[in-house]
Order: sequence, then structure tokens, then C-alpha cells
Amino acid sequence: MELSGAEILWECLMREGVEVVFGIPGGANMPIYDAMLKYPVHHVLVRHEQGAAHMADGYARASGKVGVALATSGPGATNLVTGIATAMMDSSPVVFITGQVHAHLIGGDAFQETDVTGITLPITKHNYLVTRAEEIAQVVREAFYIARTGRPGPVLIDICKNAQIQKTEFVYPEKIELPGYKPPRTAPPSELKKAAQMIKESRRPVILAGHGLLISRAYREMQELSHRAHIPVAMTLLGIGSMPASDPHNLGMMGMHGEAYCNLAIQNADLLIALGMRFDDRVTGNLKTYAPHAKKIHVEIDPSEVHKNVVVDLPLFGDLKAVLTDLLPYVEEARHDEWFDQIEEWRAESDSRDIIYWPDDGKLYTAHVIRSIWEATQGKATLATGVGQHQMWAAQYYPFEEPYRFITSGGAGTMGFGVPAALGVWFTDKSRDVWVIDGDGSFQMTQAELSTIVQEGASVKIAIMNNHFLGMVRQWQEFFFESRYAATPLHGPDFVKIAEAHGIPAQRITKPEEVKDALQFANQTPGPVLLDFWVEKEEAVYPMVPAGADLHDMIRRPVREKSPA
Amino acid sequence: MQHTLIALVENKPGVLNRVASLFRRRNFNIESLNVGHTDRKDISRMTIVINSDEVDARKVEANLYKLVNVIDVQDVSTQPAVIRDLALIKVKAALDQRAEIANLASIFRGRIVDVAADSVIVEITGTEDKIESLIELLRPFGILEMVRTGQVAMLRGGYEPVRHTPGAGSNGHHPEEVLEFD
Ligand SMILES: Cc1ncc(C[n+]2csc(CCOP(=O)(O)OP(=O)(O)O)c2C)c(N)n1
Repeated sequence: MELSGAEILWECLMREGVEVVFGIPGGANMPIYDAMLKYPVHHVLVRHEQGAAHMADGYARASGKVGVALATSGPGATNLVTGIATAMMDSSPVVFITGQVHAHLIGGDAFQETDVTGITLPITKHNYLVTRAEEIAQVVREAFYIARTGRPGPVLIDICKNAQIQKTEFVYPEKIELPGYKPPRTAPPSELKKAAQMIKESRRPVILAGHGLLISRAYREMQELSHRAHIPVAMTLLGIGSMPASDPHNLGMMGMHGEAYCNLAIQNADLLIALGMRFDDRVTGNLKTYAPHAKKIHVEIDPSEVHKNVVVDLPLFGDLKAVLTDLLPYVEEARHDEWFDQIEEWRAESDSRDIIYWPDDGKLYTAHVIRSIWEATQGKATLATGVGQHQMWAAQYYPFEEPYRFITSGGAGTMGFGVPAALGVWFTDKSRDVWVIDGDGSFQMTQAELSTIVQEGASVKIAIMNNHFLGMVRQWQEFFFESRYAATPLHGPDFVKIAEAHGIPAQRITKPEEVKDALQFANQTPGPVLLDFWVEKEEAVYPMVPAGADLHDMIRRPVREKSPA
Repeated sequence: MQHTLIALVENKPGVLNRVASLFRRRNFNIESLNVGHTDRKDISRMTIVINSDEVDARKVEANLYKLVNVIDVQDVSTQPAVIRDLALIKVKAALDQRAEIANLASIFRGRIVDVAADSVIVEITGTEDKIESLIELLRPFGILEMVRTGQVAMLRGGYEPVRHTPGAGSNGHHPEEVLEFD
């Protein structure tokens, strides 16, 4: 059957199970949009292509399915760039499809011609320039395969307009030939036995649980390992949810704003079992003094991550699910009570400093607001966040019992991620309770997507932690630049009015006693709601490991009286 | 130490750019890079020489594998291999100097491939050392222009190639066995 290139594209997307795409049309992708009308796919019209990228990314993170974003050539494609880099840093499977000028015009600086494959080369797992309709089916098949397998990541397909229009015989490729694409599968038994032996010999083991556990759906196997061999679990920002927060083995988040007792456990461990994490500088601090007594096992699917930052004793290459499944039969039951007792001591000391136990002093603290949101949502919401203090407080004070519920930009730290990512999450399951915990700075970066939310009738609850500052930068200025607040005070607009201008019900909350009612209002109002919390302006996130400092060298919150309740 | 890597890559547009971009992005310092055909139309061969420690050499290898179009990477640094470089050297040569230059070239099994009124072009193939030596001997005559291909390498017969990166060779996915998320 002869089809146009654009029709072939949609035929292939249908076969990949694509139900929703996010994008904006323009000159160079109009044939794709025209052909779309014939296919059962829901298109979400965004207000800025960055929004489309984050939506597709949020969709992918929350579901494990490949997200899809569309943009036209030139500025449409370059507007995606921040979103592509965000997906790349966090190994999120997204396929980006951009229009490109006619093949015969390429290289001639035609109207809206940009070298998109060139620009996105270092921020995609792979990319393609398609100049003929005959290539489309093969390329789309490969792109989805590459995006979701191995260490997932974004793949971009740049399709010339002539290739969209040309008609050709549609043959769906039965096979993919990628001779150079061979992610490792699992580790050999000899290596697994070595790992089991190291685990057996350890007295103070810690599991470092990373995003890979969620991506590979291997968190149950990790939990089994932790329970069987009695090993505490420290999570990276993106590993949150891999261990239920209520599990006694859970140490919470590690790293720059990790729990003090969690970081201390890592620094005092004699064995680290790193699962699908990459020893980012935000979790290790000074590499020279990082976990100096610990042997290290590193389970990783991407060989270039092993020995990159931390030289390990035993690398196990492969898909986490496969490696852990193969490893578990060798792992013996064990108890490390002394080790847990020690950690418990550190934990008690940490609690004495924790803002969450502060009595009500009439001030509105972000940590308390987030804990109230946790209560109001029975801990079952999916949160998307911006980047900054509110993001760290969300990680610290919204304990998650399940994976795939904390959607946040980790590696890239992209402000503006929250609102669009939340909309993407909502499309994975419209009955999901989706919240955005945003900063007033982050929110304004992609605020335009409010109208997309309204146009889609999406039930997304937006809670802005409005400190009238670029808070995290302000905190660094306070700690490291003698409180010289260069360009961090933020005189935002009236967010309630902005919401109402979009037809979104909204409230402003300035006192602790208003929080409960506001959250009830959000829960009881169908559709989107915006809450503008005017929180304490100059609160700081604790503990904090200054960039490059030793992981145990944390700036701690001064001890204050504990609330009796 | 010097590491010599051989990479087999798909012969597709943009692959050289991907490799070069990788080296730039990861801050790897490349001594020389040579690209050429193989016996197969669909596969090109790169010889990459880097000056680095063992850890960095492994990083280069593992990162090369991250490129979808890179099929195979061997490290021949510690293996018996034939390693060659080719140079064309244009040397100032008055009439009475030609014989001497030809003589020098022939000692290194080089030869003169072009003669003009006041210059000659010497062609030489060999190891890096050998070429450097000839260049030093020709320098006093006045080198007008020079080009070198960079090293190409091939493992001697009867030896097994060394591949460090897991996933290389047989321990990898094949497209039929897609690892799905659920
Ligand atoms: C796109 C982008 N630009 C700049 C930064 C640097 N940055 C990191 S946190 C931060 C402040 C965030 O402010 P806000 O969203 O209000 O959150 P808060 O820290 O106040 O909770 C900035 C500017 C960034 N991460 N991303």
C-alpha cells in the first residue's frame, strides 16, 4: 500500500502503542499534523515546545512507556533543547519528532532551517536525519527500541518535509538490525558469587538505590536483597520510591540535602552496593573522602558509568532486574543489628534538629506545608516539582510508599519542569492524584502551560511555595556569599489572579491555620486548582553538604525544642 | 602511555562527527584519528591513538560503545600489532641535493614520488619512530609541506583481539529479545 511519509510515521507510532503526543505545528511539520487527523491519537497543544518535552518526559517517567513530542523546524526544535537535555540526564525514554526543511534545501540556510541533529547530538542517546519517505518506518522502529532499552534516553528524529509528503510502499520492518547496539544483559555467576561473598563478609553494608531500579522495575528485588541480608537503603533523589519510606530499612535520601544519618551511614559503611546510580557529585561530595572504608559493588547497565567517578571493587554489568534476580539465590540471610543501632542513634540526633518537629510558631514553613499535603493526599499523590528548595523539601517531607510518584528533574535540575511534567503524568492515568510542588521562580518559567492544562481539562493541583526569592540560590548566597542577595529577590505577580484569568480556582495561604482548609478546597474542587503559599522567605534547606565538601561535613540546622506532640 | 584502539563503525553519514563530538564533549585528548574503508562497504574502520592512563583508555572505549553506530572496539596497545603511518614530505631540493635526499629516503624504505625544479616529495610508510627519524634528517634541507595520515593498526594473525567493555562481542542484547519494562 502506498502511503505518504507522514502517514507511515503515524502507522509506526500506532504500532508502538502511542496514544498521546505533545507538540506545536509549524511550516515544516504540517504534513505530519495533517496526517494525524486520520489516526486515533490524542494531541496536546502546548504553549511552548519546552512544555511538550517535559510533558512527554513526565509521561515516560510515570509510566515507563516512551513519551512523544512534536515540533516544527528551527525555533520549534530549538525550544525543545532544554527538555531533551533534561530527559537525557535522567535517562528518560522520549522520542522527539521534528520537522525539517526540504532535503534539497539543507545546508543553504533556508527559512527555519537549523542543524537540529547537530545541536542535539550530545544531548540525545541517538538521533536521525530522515531525507526520504522510505527511511521512516525503519528509523521510527529503531528510535523507539533505542529509547526504551538498555539505559533509556531521548532519541530525536528530524524529518525533512519532502519525506513527509512523498508516497512510498509501507512495509513495517519486522526486524531491527543494530549491530552496534548491545547493552549488557547480566553478570556471570562467578561475579555474582563474588558479590554475594562480599555481602556476606560485610558488617556495615549500605545499598545505594538509584533511578535504575525504577527504570528496570527492579525495586522489589532490591527490597528483597535489603530484607534478606538486613541492609539499610539510601536513595538518590531519583531513586526515591524504590524503598517504601515506612520500611525500617529505609534511610531516605542521600547527598547534598540528604538525611544526616543517611550520609553518615554511607561514610561509615564497609560495603556499598550501588544499584543503578552513577555517583553524581551531588551525592558523593568530595570524592577523595567518599566512603573511605567501603568496598564497592556497582551494578550498572551503562559500562561508561563504572569507574567514572568512583573506582569500584566489583562491577556487575547488566540490566538491574536480571542481575538482581540472578544474584539473589546466592545471597544468605544475615543480621546487622549493631549497625542498625548505630544508625538509629544518628537518626535520633537528626530528629532533634528536624524542622518538621518544630511547634507551630505562627510562621508558614514549606516543610510543614508539604507534610500537610502529604496528609491531605494520604501520601498517595504523584508529585512533580520545579527545582530549588521546594524540590528538596518535597523529597524530604513527602514520604513515598510507592515508586513512580516523585517526578523531578535530577541530573539537569531544570526549573520549569513541574507544571508540564505533571500534565504528562496525568495523561498516564487520569484518575491519578497529581500535584505540582513548585517554587515561585520555577513556576514562572513554564507558567504558559496553565492554559494547556485548562484546554485539556486536566486535574492537576498546583501548590506554589512562594518565598518571593529564587530560594535555593538565595540560600547559597546566605551561606557562601555573606548574604549578598544578587538578583534573587523575586517580585512575582499575583498568582491567584493569574490562575483565575485561566479559569483555575485559586487561593492564597499566608498562615499555618489556613493550610488545612486550602488543601480541602483543592481536594474537593474538580479539575485544576492553584494554591499560592506565602511561606517563610529566608528558610534554608538542611542538612547541606557544600559543593565539593566531604559528605560527612554537613551544615546542620541548629537544635530547637521538640514539639511534645 | 599510548593506547591504540580500533573501532569498527557503521558507514553512515555523520558517524565521524559523532565520534569527534564524543571526544570533545568528554574532554578526551586524541593523538591521532584515522578513518578508512574496510572490505565491507557498510563498515568503516577507525584507528584512534590516545595518550592516557589505563582508566581513561577504558573510558574512551566504553563511551565509544555508547554510540549506536559503533560496532566493535579493540585495544591493540598490549598486543602484537602492525602499526603504520604514512607521510608525504615536500622538501626543498636544489639539483645537487636530490641524490642525497633520495639516498636518505631509501635507507628508510621511502621513495621520491614527485620532482620539481627546486623541491621533491618524499613518501614514507612505517612506524611513527621511523617516520620521525626521517623527518629529522630531512629538516635541514627545509621542509616546505608535510602531511601524515595518522596511525593505522592491525592485530597480527593468530592473536585474539582484546575487548574490555562488557556488552562487546556476545554478551549483549539482540534485537529480537527486547527487554520490556513490564
Ligand atoms: C532553568 C534554570 N535556570 C536557573 C537555575 C538555577 N537555579 C537553581 S535553583 C534556583 C532557584 C529556584 O527558585 P524557585 O523556583 O522559586 O524555588 P525555591 O528555591 O525558592 O524553592 C535557580 C535560579 C536552574 N536550576 N534552572
